[in-house]
Amino acid sequence: MMEEPSAWRLIASADPALFGIVYLSLKISLSAVVAAGLMGFPLGALLAFTSFPGRGALIVLTNAFMGLPPVVVGLCVFLALSRSGPLGSLGLLFTPTAMIIAQAILITPIIVALTRQTIEDLWSEYRNELLAMGLSPLGCLLTLLYDARISLLTTLLAGFGRAAAEVGAVMIVGGNIEGFTRTMTTAIALETSKGDLPLAMSLGLLLILIVIGVNASTWLLSALARRRMG
Amino acid sequence: MKKLIPALTLLALTLTGAAAQEKSITIASTTSTQDSGLFSHLLPIFKARTGIDVKVIAQGTGQALDTGRRGDADVLFVHAKPQEEEFVAQGFGVARFDVMYNDFVLIGPASDPAGLKGSKDIAAALVKIQTQGAPFVSRGDKSGTHAAELALWKEAGVDLGAKRGAWYREIGQGMGAALNTAKAMEAYVLADRGTWISFKGKEGLTIAVEGDKRLFNQYGVILANPAKFAWVKKEPGQAFIDYVLSDEGQKTIADYKIEGQQLFFPNAKR
Repeated sequence: MMEEPSAWRLIASADPALFGIVYLSLKISLSAVVAAGLMGFPLGALLAFTSFPGRGALIVLTNAFMGLPPVVVGLCVFLALSRSGPLGSLGLLFTPTAMIIAQAILITPIIVALTRQTIEDLWSEYRNELLAMGLSPLGCLLTLLYDARISLLTTLLAGFGRAAAEVGAVMIVGGNIEGFTRTMTTAIALETSKGDLPLAMSLGLLLILIVIGVNASTWLLSALARRRMG
Repeated sequence: MKKLIPALTLLALTLTGAAAQEKSITIASTTSTQDSGLFSHLLPIFKARTGIDVKVIAQGTGQALDTGRRGDADVLFVHAKPQEEEFVAQGFGVARFDVMYNDFVLIGPASDPAGLKGSKDIAAALVKIQTQGAPFVSRGDKSGTHAAELALWKEAGVDLGAKRGAWYREIGQGMGAALNTAKAMEAYVLADRGTWISFKGKEGLTIAVEGDKRLFNQYGVILANPAKFAWVKKEPGQAFIDYVLSDEGQKTIADYKIEGQQLFFPNAKR
């Protein structure tokens, strides 16, 4: 067994470099979730309400893209942002912004697909009631989005989980630069390759703890909100 | 689209914030210079002297040169002289300078199944590994160490194209990962001494062959060509090169030790 208390020692030592890594991981994954939510909720709801030729194919695609391989997304973003790529003049490769873009692309399909399913189910259940109340289509949509807010929060958490856990995309577009683009997952990959398995394991435990922490606080918040509303 | 680009640029500037205004350069380098801890030793001293922040992307030499060819790095700090000279000849780099050297070592399992321990003849050792079919881990990632390994097989007269079999395992990963794999498979592996000394999981592995002149490992530094890539940070990049080639920079490199062992030996020509 490895020296088990090292994860605790790491936290207790209050190492600023470690806090920097944790902060960056959270900042990148949370920003990606916010961006993906801003794009994914409206797109998912739109997909649930509209009908047009090719809708079925689009649904299959968004569902399939929930499993987009992070390395492939990373590679595409890398090629787009590289100085010799189409967006090279922005100089974004190997920056935290590039990592947010890659993760947002990775998790938007998850938000779209799950939002679409949730809203579509609610719509088929309450369609008659909502129409009887004389609500406009936009009114129906907002009512359903509000009604589904707890499910949609879980959708965001699914996206966050995927973003926080992936290493392939951030490694390629961020470059794992110390103090600038190094996240928890790329640090774990690096320490493993340096043969420091106990440190890698400790960082891994810490990452899992943080993800549990984010989920627990979300759960608490929604529980509080539910109680307040009776 | 015309409106999109300025909007994106604005977004990017907001997101990256003030960072863009600081003096910083991006160096594409090898895993050995980073994993050995050399950069953690050298860069804070360089920053204190010049105020320049250095962002290091640690890749294999082949990948680092490729990053340079795409225009995504200001300076290259790698170890495969023929490829570096080709890079400069193709116009991607301004000039190449020797910085320092160390050597490669052949690492093997402590049990030493091919009976190589204590040998100083790398070519004979490789022939033994091949004829006995002892497991051998190859980086297989176009890194400087991979290039050196392939050159050594050639030197030993072993035609890998014809002789490779299950004993030769190409993993396509970095130096540390190759050492981890060699340990798990009880295999031999070629490593640079810097990564070996700083590697944290040595138990079960040992140096099988060292001290052969053919195991020499030269590092070089190149400024990406601003004439080709207008965005290259020429002054701070050149300042880094001037520093590592200066007396002070060379001494700083020599001063870097782990457990009393010097990892890199400066040899800039002046």
